[in-house]
Amino acid sequence: MSPLLSVRGVTKRYGTHIGCADVSFDLHPGEVMGIVGESGSGKTTLLNCLAGQLAPDTGEVIFDTRAEGPRDTRTMSEPERRMLARTDWAFVHQHARDGLRMGVSAGGNVGERLMAVGARHYGDIRGKALDWLERVEIDGARVDDRPSTFSGGMQQRLQIARNLVTGPRLVFMDEPTGGLDVSVQARLLDLLRGLVRDMGLSAIIVTHDLAVVRLLADRLMVMKSGHVVEAGLTDQVLDDPQHAYTQLLVSSVLQV
Amino acid sequence: MTPMIDLTDVSKTFTLHNQGGAVIEVLSGVTLAVAPGECVALTGASGAGKSTLMRVIYGNYRARSGIIRVGGTDLVRAEPREIIRLRREVLGYVSQFLRVVPRVPTQDVVAEPLRAVGVAEAEAGERAAALLERLNIPRPLWSLSPTTFSGGEQQRVNIARGFAHPYPALLLDEPTASLDAANRDVVLSLIEEAKARGAAIVGIFHDEAARARVCDREIDVGRFTPARAA
Repeated sequence: MSPLLSVRGVTKRYGTHIGCADVSFDLHPGEVMGIVGESGSGKTTLLNCLAGQLAPDTGEVIFDTRAEGPRDTRTMSEPERRMLARTDWAFVHQHARDGLRMGVSAGGNVGERLMAVGARHYGDIRGKALDWLERVEIDGARVDDRPSTFSGGMQQRLQIARNLVTGPRLVFMDEPTGGLDVSVQARLLDLLRGLVRDMGLSAIIVTHDLAVVRLLADRLMVMKSGHVVEAGLTDQVLDDPQHAYTQLLVSSVLQV
Repeated sequence: MTPMIDLTDVSKTFTLHNQGGAVIEVLSGVTLAVAPGECVALTGASGAGKSTLMRVIYGNYRARSGIIRVGGTDLVRAEPREIIRLRREVLGYVSQFLRVVPRVPTQDVVAEPLRAVGVAEAEAGERAAALLERLNIPRPLWSLSPTTFSGGEQQRVNIARGFAHPYPALLLDEPTASLDAANRDVVLSLIEEAKARGAAIVGIFHDEAARARVCDREIDVGRFTPARAA
């Protein structure tokens, strides 16, 4: 089985400051990888480089496209990369308002992504939008309401519906549960786990919350000052951390 | 018969970087083999490294050296995804503590290992129900999350989950601790049935009578504990 995403030596600098340096890994279909580290460790920079939202200075980001097999997304044309972002990729932002169109109805937010890949039949689009609202546990009666009238947790679930409706193969998530209260977080985690399993999704999740990666991620990368200091099986990295920084990170979590 | 679980010269150390770089040698020279249908008890004083060895076999702790073969895969050298596949299909582990996503109903918690190997939702749910029934978890609790259950109930849910999929290799960390006589008997029967279908089992049992009933051999982990400077 060939990897879905193959990352080689990705480096991004901001002037003399290192965003992320020499990151390499393979992600296989169905795998969920977490990236943890403190603020400023480079995890979001790396995620943006992988998702084509930032251009890395050096390195390769090779995605196994449906049509043409492995392609370096850095050397693709902008329209090709945008097409990938609408079809095979999804990006779940920490702040739902960055991933949603706040002036468009909930149904419109989901339907828009379908239309972007060529759906034209209004009834089908609305039907599919309603189906997805139900899957993310949003009452169908709210389909015509704008997301600005939704709670934070609902907005986040709507963002997930909008992203997954086109059946992507790789989902990038930046702190998907950040800023939500804990009961809403639990519900969202449960939902994400179910969707990942049922749709066979691969995902890369950036978070600073070790409990979130323990529940969602198969594998973990720990970043510090732009470098990956440790990587491996999630429970192994958390329960038997090898690197001094990971040991510090794990032992700093407050127990409830 | 080829052993299902096969350890050769395994060692484990912990290096505490934030405590002066202290290196603690926990296990060395661990060599043991467990055949299909066999149950081996790990014994030894508290602190001898029984649970550590169990976690090393599961890949939860990283061995420092040696070979750990479970169903032919070497966990010391395997990629994370190979270990994940092994844990999904071959190697089960019943730990002392239940760790679940909050809000997920008990029946789904137990059915999850079956869903992970592709068993259909209805069938997985039925098998989960049968196990919960057998382990005397009251039916009204099945639709609730186990996070609020009593210690004994959580342990039984954990056991039901561990026995849902017929793993060819099983690690059991004190599966009968804190259970009443009736439930203890159910758990021991589950272990006997697993052995009868050919599972290789490594267990920690403080309960001597339980050990005598289900275990074929005992291995004193104390002999793998490096002598510590006083």
